[in-house]
Amino acid sequence: MKDQDWTKPQALAIPKGGYFTLEKGRYGATYPRTPACHGFTIIAKIKSGTEDEIRNYGKRLEKALEDSPNVLAPLQLHYLRWVLFDIGSDKYFMYQGIFDTDFDKYTEDAIALFTQTGINTVFEKLEGFPEDWKTNVPAFIKFVREHQCPSFLEYGEYPFVTAVEIKKALRLKKAFSEMLDQMQ
Amino acid sequence: MLELDDIQHFLLARTPAFAARYEFLTFQRPSAGRQWLAGMIDKVGTGASVGAASPDSRWVTAAFTWNGLKTLGVEESSLATFPEEFRQGMATRAEIIGATGTNHPDHWTGEVASPALHAIAILFARDAVERERCKVEHAKYLSGIGSVGVLSSLDLEAIPPYGCAHEHFGYRDRLSYIAIEGTADQPQPGSGPPIKPGEFFLGYADENGLQPELPQPETFSRNGSYLAYLRLQEHVGAFRDFLRQQAATLEEQELIAAKLMGRWRSGAPLVLAPLKDDPALGPDMQRTNNFDYGTMDPLGYACPIGSHIRRMNPRDTVENARRRQMIRRGGTYGPPLPEDAPEDGVERGIAAFMGCASLVRQFEFAMNVWANDPNFKDLGNERDPFVGTQDGTFDMTIPKRPIRKKILSLPAFTTIKGGAYFFLPGIRALRFLAGAT
Repeated sequence: MKDQDWTKPQALAIPKGGYFTLEKGRYGATYPRTPACHGFTIIAKIKSGTEDEIRNYGKRLEKALEDSPNVLAPLQLHYLRWVLFDIGSDKYFMYQGIFDTDFDKYTEDAIALFTQTGINTVFEKLEGFPEDWKTNVPAFIKFVREHQCPSFLEYGEYPFVTAVEIKKALRLKKAFSEMLDQMQ
Repeated sequence: MLELDDIQHFLLARTPAFAARYEFLTFQRPSAGRQWLAGMIDKVGTGASVGAASPDSRWVTAAFTWNGLKTLGVEESSLATFPEEFRQGMATRAEIIGATGTNHPDHWTGEVASPALHAIAILFARDAVERERCKVEHAKYLSGIGSVGVLSSLDLEAIPPYGCAHEHFGYRDRLSYIAIEGTADQPQPGSGPPIKPGEFFLGYADENGLQPELPQPETFSRNGSYLAYLRLQEHVGAFRDFLRQQAATLEEQELIAAKLMGRWRSGAPLVLAPLKDDPALGPDMQRTNNFDYGTMDPLGYACPIGSHIRRMNPRDTVENARRRQMIRRGGTYGPPLPEDAPEDGVERGIAAFMGCASLVRQFEFAMNVWANDPNFKDLGNERDPFVGTQDGTFDMTIPKRPIRKKILSLPAFTTIKGGAYFFLPGIRALRFLAGAT
């Protein structure tokens, strides 16, 4: 992107509601890209008695990545954080993902991937998640948008840098180091 | 099994037409709309009656906007089951597909952005003489009914040299087709297995192996498709000026033209003919699509990552590519601009329909992401050179050894002059509509 200087740390305060200007996306207004890239913070109450299943799924995803390290690549993620926490006597699940692409653009690909990797099995434990989500993409997206809690501040130490760019820079650094070592 | 006798021929058969006419209709009275339709149904060809070797001299298609279905008397409870993007229509969702600035619906011609647009009658004809004959006949039919108005119309004709379909910039067209599972079509080498019918026709399993929910009642939606219509003006003078500014020799100009498209103007794909044109390759349907990007040209040294064909069909380099396919029908309108003639200000271009089962997942995705996402494949600040929304602020990178060539501030070679979303019903559904009360 033009005019986005990664050398200058930046913070961005985001208006209530999550948008600066309403830019129409295919499934609703698109969320802005911030110095901390794109992201989702989805918070939803879990169905009673499903906590263990959800926790076990963490293990399953760990294994899926060991077996196939690129399985989540299409999501263009930097980080995923899954958290379970209490509000009163209820248990809530938080899915926080930091990624490089506007979710609106690759929604269907993400849903297809959720199906392949079984991330959907976690979502199915959340209250209000549409049962017919496999054939009803709009309902899936509506759930996600209704449970998205937009940040009011996001910070990037190296703002707007994508995971691809970071990996490219590290690859270059490694190749350069190896070249120097071989020249000894 | 595909119900070929119930599906309109439009997306199933590429007819040998050299001329066409689109009439954009408005129903001033619901009964007049139904009467018009009742008299048209028998003229509409089906997938069973029309083939590539069709002996007919003209082929008729009828499709409707959501406002049109409403005006024909379809019940609210049924109308509400159509997907949101179709209910809203293209003009309302212009921003999503990049129809902004000079491309905005405020500047469209022919009143196609108006809620008064209810239907389209699409006529493909063997030649312009037959087109004129049908035009007179349809006008007579309309005047007999009264209360069905023609908001606007557009005549289309193939441009010389004939015998190889091409558009006004000179690029050869119709080099690929989609083979649908359950039809006799054999896939082109390089295109993978036939695509599931549910990607194009409602009521069938799609590439996901699932059958999405249908608009209700099912007899109405089954065997139907959605059409996204786009009228794209081509600025031929500006395009030729641009090529001349970029390169001194004709040979170099051809290479730049090829790099923007991803194919030489002859149709030969750059992945298979990276250094010089191979005119025999383009029209060879067995070879012209027999390539991928991931293994044959991962970095775009042959076919730039931002070129038109690589953006609009990234093949093996994106997820779920088979869920984004569309069947394109249409042609060129306006007179060709003679070589060496300066821009004459006459509108010319392409007016085409993209057929699919989901406007939001297929058409809007292609326009929003593949055509217009500036950071597609980490390009940073580029849009599709032909169908992306260009305003002189985007670039085009041509990977090259030892140093890449970067074209800054690419001008707009096209402008969207019209667009609409239509539902293309099956034959049973047309009868249902004609009798709807």
